[in-house]
Amino acid sequence: MARKLLLENVNVPGIQTFEVYRQKGGYRSVEKALSSMSPEDVVDEVKKSGLRGRGGAGFPTGMKWSFLAKPEGKPRYLICNADESEPGTFKDRYLMTHIPHLLIEGMIVSSFALGAKTSYIYVRGEMMPQIRILERAIAEAKNAGFLGKNILGSGYDLELYVQPGGGAYICGEETALIESLEGKRGNPRIKPPFPAISGVWGCPTVVNNVESIAAIVPIILDGGDEYAKIGIGRSTGTKLISASGNVNKPGIYEIELGLPVEEFIYSDEFCGGIANGKRLKAVVAGGSSVPILPANLILKTVEGNARLMSYESLAEGGFQTGSMMGSGGFIAFDEDQCIVRNTWNFSRFYHHESCGQCSPCREGTGWMEKVLHRLEYGHGKMSDMDLLIDVAKKIEGNTICPLGDAAAWPVASAIRHFRDEFEWHVNHPKDAVERNFGLGNYADSLDKLVEAEN
Amino acid sequence: MLKVTEIENIDFRVELLEEFSEIIKRYPEGKHKAALLPILHLVQAEYGWLSTESMERVANFLDLQPIEVFEVATFYTMFFLKPQGQFVLEVCRTGPCCLVGAEKIIKYIETKLGVKEGEVTSDGRFSWRGVECLAACGMAPVLQIGPDYTFYENLTEEKVDQLIQDLKQNNEAIKSDSQIV
Repeated sequence: MARKLLLENVNVPGIQTFEVYRQKGGYRSVEKALSSMSPEDVVDEVKKSGLRGRGGAGFPTGMKWSFLAKPEGKPRYLICNADESEPGTFKDRYLMTHIPHLLIEGMIVSSFALGAKTSYIYVRGEMMPQIRILERAIAEAKNAGFLGKNILGSGYDLELYVQPGGGAYICGEETALIESLEGKRGNPRIKPPFPAISGVWGCPTVVNNVESIAAIVPIILDGGDEYAKIGIGRSTGTKLISASGNVNKPGIYEIELGLPVEEFIYSDEFCGGIANGKRLKAVVAGGSSVPILPANLILKTVEGNARLMSYESLAEGGFQTGSMMGSGGFIAFDEDQCIVRNTWNFSRFYHHESCGQCSPCREGTGWMEKVLHRLEYGHGKMSDMDLLIDVAKKIEGNTICPLGDAAAWPVASAIRHFRDEFEWHVNHPKDAVERNFGLGNYADSLDKLVEAEN
Repeated sequence: MLKVTEIENIDFRVELLEEFSEIIKRYPEGKHKAALLPILHLVQAEYGWLSTESMERVANFLDLQPIEVFEVATFYTMFFLKPQGQFVLEVCRTGPCCLVGAEKIIKYIETKLGVKEGEVTSDGRFSWRGVECLAACGMAPVLQIGPDYTFYENLTEEKVDQLIQDLKQNNEAIKSDSQIV
């Protein structure tokens, strides 16, 4: 069994309560940090751990913390990003539902490290049950002296609040989240200034994902160096992977980074193979925004090496033959799934969720949705694939926030790897409405790369 | 679209106003606009939707221009700007749910309730709509029902039948039976 740092106690009965969580060693990281460490020490340990933001971007958390401005007389804020909305991702929901005190504990230590006296957990509005769970956990922690004035006699004060969102994917983008927390529409801000300089109410602010905050607990307990020993290369520690789609056992799995993708899909410890005895056609490895890969490229890189669940290995080959770790939303497609239909579905999602500020995204996502819709429903043209790639290129990199990129990548990658299937939709419009293209040769082993001769 | 309709003048309950005041305490002084989303959720839970009048009252309470409330209410998908059924079935229609049959479930709900997306059944009890990813892809297909946003997971046609029957009888609806590890 792989080592678990976050979910070790998740199945202990009553672990949602302060009492049981505490019995199992909960809140020791708060005791350790507040009694024997300075805020700078905590930041140093997080830097040493090599922890990378678990929300999707993968930016080193310790470095993000060290950018926080500390002007005199201005409060600083920590906001936990629990606006989990990336299709394929449901790990934060799981963590908040089953082991809420881990997040509260992480929030206290992280707030202490950043010198925040008030912190917020911004939870997507649809997660009302989780909001109630967190509010109860906060009340329990406060009652036990871990929140409020003079925590554990250390002189450190912290108030922690839960803020509901209103149902908008874009609020997962940190500046949109800040706007939303301020009670406005979730329109992302132009950066710079970055939140570390001017975030919520113009004050220095750090926004971190739920899982990143939770990971602070084992990092402080065992030390950053110990944490960094887990994993592979610059992908340190464990990661929660949300497995969905056509696998036998969808769910949340805590893996040590570096686990082979093949083992993750087929081992009974994890997904247990593809459901209904079917074959794997494709995988979206890191939430809907990352490039989709056919079975052959997700299991092995183009060099023929086994692909691993790590930031580097999933990205190996760039966007030509690789993808991204993203948020760890692992969506598996079996041989009977239609890539065109799924791409249309994702495009509709991004069109729906575009905030409308930037023209390339607002208009481009709508056009991609329309063109993909006509392809799926048998009215496509052969030129549509190039048209889609052209639109995607014009969105990518031309918007304030990464939603534009996130909308462009799935479309571009689907056409890059599954062009046969798109062309089949154009050439066989009647068939395309009635049945699916099938597995094609997407699971066949890859040809060895040969150097092109001049 | 927002329409000024003839709704009786809304006076919020005292308890509700007290809750509003509690929420405002979470933010630094002068930053009470931040309370807008939590307060709109409470108002919607109270009335089932957000009428123009109720939003104007919220604006009044928070000392905002009404447009500041309207623009927020229209931006976020959770807020209803017209009356809904007593139970709004919000079914996820995004990719991962569709891989395991969400589109069939949506069709089934439409047929079963006999109303189109956004419409209310003649008895006023039900309406439904497709929503984007609810972050429960491992328990797909899923739907949620406000104002508590209870989740119903691993949906089948039988479960939908049962759920609708239970809701009709106002019984405690079936609990989710998530198989998640």
